[in-house]
Amino acid sequence: MSEMLLELDSLRRSFGKRVAVDNLSLSIRRGEIFGLLGPNGAGKSTAFHLLTGLLAADSGQVIFDGVALSPTDPRLRRRLGVVFQEPSLDDKLTGLENLQLGAALYGLRGRHAAKRIAEMSALVELTDRLHDPVEQYSGGMKRRLEIARVLLHRPDMLILDEPGRGIDQPTQRRIWEQLIELNRREKLTVLLTTHQPDEAEHCHRLAILDEGRLIACDSPDALKRCVGGDVIALESEHLDQIWPIVQRDFSTARRIENQIVVEVPRGHEVIPRLVEKLPAGVLRSVELRRPTLGDVFLHLTGRGLGATA
Amino acid sequence: MTEQVLTLETPAAPTPAHAERPSTGSRRPFDKLRADGGLWRLNWATVSVLVVRDLKRFFRQKSRVIGALVQPVIFWLVIGSGLGASFRIPGAEQVSYVQYFFPGIVMLVVLFTSIFTTMSVIEDRHKGFLQAVLVAPSSRVALVLGKTLGGVAIALCQAALFLTLMFFAGYHPRTVDWPLCVAILLFASIGLSSFGFAIAWWLDSTQGYHVVMSVLLLPLWILSGAMFPLRGASPIIGWLMRGNPMAYIVSGLRRALSAEQFSAISEASSSVTLELTVVIGFAAVALALAVFSCTGKRRKP
Repeated sequence: MSEMLLELDSLRRSFGKRVAVDNLSLSIRRGEIFGLLGPNGAGKSTAFHLLTGLLAADSGQVIFDGVALSPTDPRLRRRLGVVFQEPSLDDKLTGLENLQLGAALYGLRGRHAAKRIAEMSALVELTDRLHDPVEQYSGGMKRRLEIARVLLHRPDMLILDEPGRGIDQPTQRRIWEQLIELNRREKLTVLLTTHQPDEAEHCHRLAILDEGRLIACDSPDALKRCVGGDVIALESEHLDQIWPIVQRDFSTARRIENQIVVEVPRGHEVIPRLVEKLPAGVLRSVELRRPTLGDVFLHLTGRGLGATA
Repeated sequence: MTEQVLTLETPAAPTPAHAERPSTGSRRPFDKLRADGGLWRLNWATVSVLVVRDLKRFFRQKSRVIGALVQPVIFWLVIGSGLGASFRIPGAEQVSYVQYFFPGIVMLVVLFTSIFTTMSVIEDRHKGFLQAVLVAPSSRVALVLGKTLGGVAIALCQAALFLTLMFFAGYHPRTVDWPLCVAILLFASIGLSSFGFAIAWWLDSTQGYHVVMSVLLLPLWILSGAMFPLRGASPIIGWLMRGNPMAYIVSGLRRALSAEQFSAISEASSSVTLELTVVIGFAAVALALAVFSCTGKRRKP
């Protein structure tokens, strides 16, 4: 049994002239939570579609558990649980019927299927809503039902496309608690795509994608260490006015959206000096923080995670 | 931010909880599926759950059931009674238009139901249940068969409901050739559902689908002999009608519903064998087209 559960070897896919995924190579260890982080259009979703066999790659291969397999191979698909961005549930059917359908698609039948359905619906805390039509579920309930459905056949790996998109913060937290619990208790390997730094923090390791290319891959802490010390973020309605002043003193300063972001070693010492130099009343806010994964992305690419959204 | 649960450097050794897991998961050897023939069973399970799903969805949406029935009934009664006064078939004056029009309307019910059922593929595929089927281990042929047979099942239910109105059109169940009637309806709905699936897969937009419906399918239906007989039509129309599979479906239905009426109004050259051959051929070609479009190499997601 190899240490790596899934390896992507030089995957490439283009649409016309645009290369959506460019020579992507990754190794995902057994039992880890691995994230693909990048802004919209970075190639995360294409990578997700290549891996789930919904798109064919131009070149490259997928190696699962040491065996090179086509992503459409049923032997591989049996061992993956795939959660889409848009719920792939049937609204007109009840939660239970959706789970039964999911079980049948993976060859689970009879008493075994019923037992798994009971276990998984309890895990996502939906047991007492199983007989309601899914159209009456909230967004978060749908996502949880979907997670329950893809776990029925005991996949080795869960693949989620933007699990946090379109659901509120508390629900997102609850889903993450369940995912982390599953990862710990069942040693379930989790691979997800996200453009949200908060969500990426939950990952053991992260691959940062930009314009189809892998630009960094490490643990969130290690990635954050590549940003020097602290981050100061200035918000102002008069960015044009203060930008030359900040730029003169700080070569690392960057402008994104409505902010100026500066990476400095000892932020608390820098702030008084910096603010002193700016004309009175131009700043709306000054924030001093430890680097976030959003700052890491900015450091590596010069752009914000939300910038190309 | 939540605390990290696992350390990164050491891949975790299997815990007791892990070891207790039944062998349905990670212990399954890669070649197991092929060896135990599990794939066949899986594909059949997929086909059947898709058919059952379509039936459940259909009967749960009362408006769909009613809409699919009431529209043809209104069509039949309004056009039937409107044209009835002036419509006379030479040599078969005893056949009223409402009676003449009935097999064509049965065909229309099958056409509408088959096409609109498989049209759901368009939406389902990008943000619905079909995504889950597309990443499941079963083959895409199972998906095509499941969706198509779902359309067939609903179309046959609707046709059966509509056929209960045959008394009002002057037909009687005793004189109906049921095996022929069922065969024609079955293969017609297989052909139309598959055709609907194929164009849904290619077109990828509901608007495009409506264009195909109004530019191709409805004209083909009008030219099928459903509304006016082939005999006496202009040579071009006659030629179009002869190349139209729906013409053979309508002709076969008319023959099945009343042989007597059929012989009074139809051309002598038509035969049961020809009608069945064309209808079965149409079903086979359309099904092949659906499978081909869904399993193509560089397919869209």
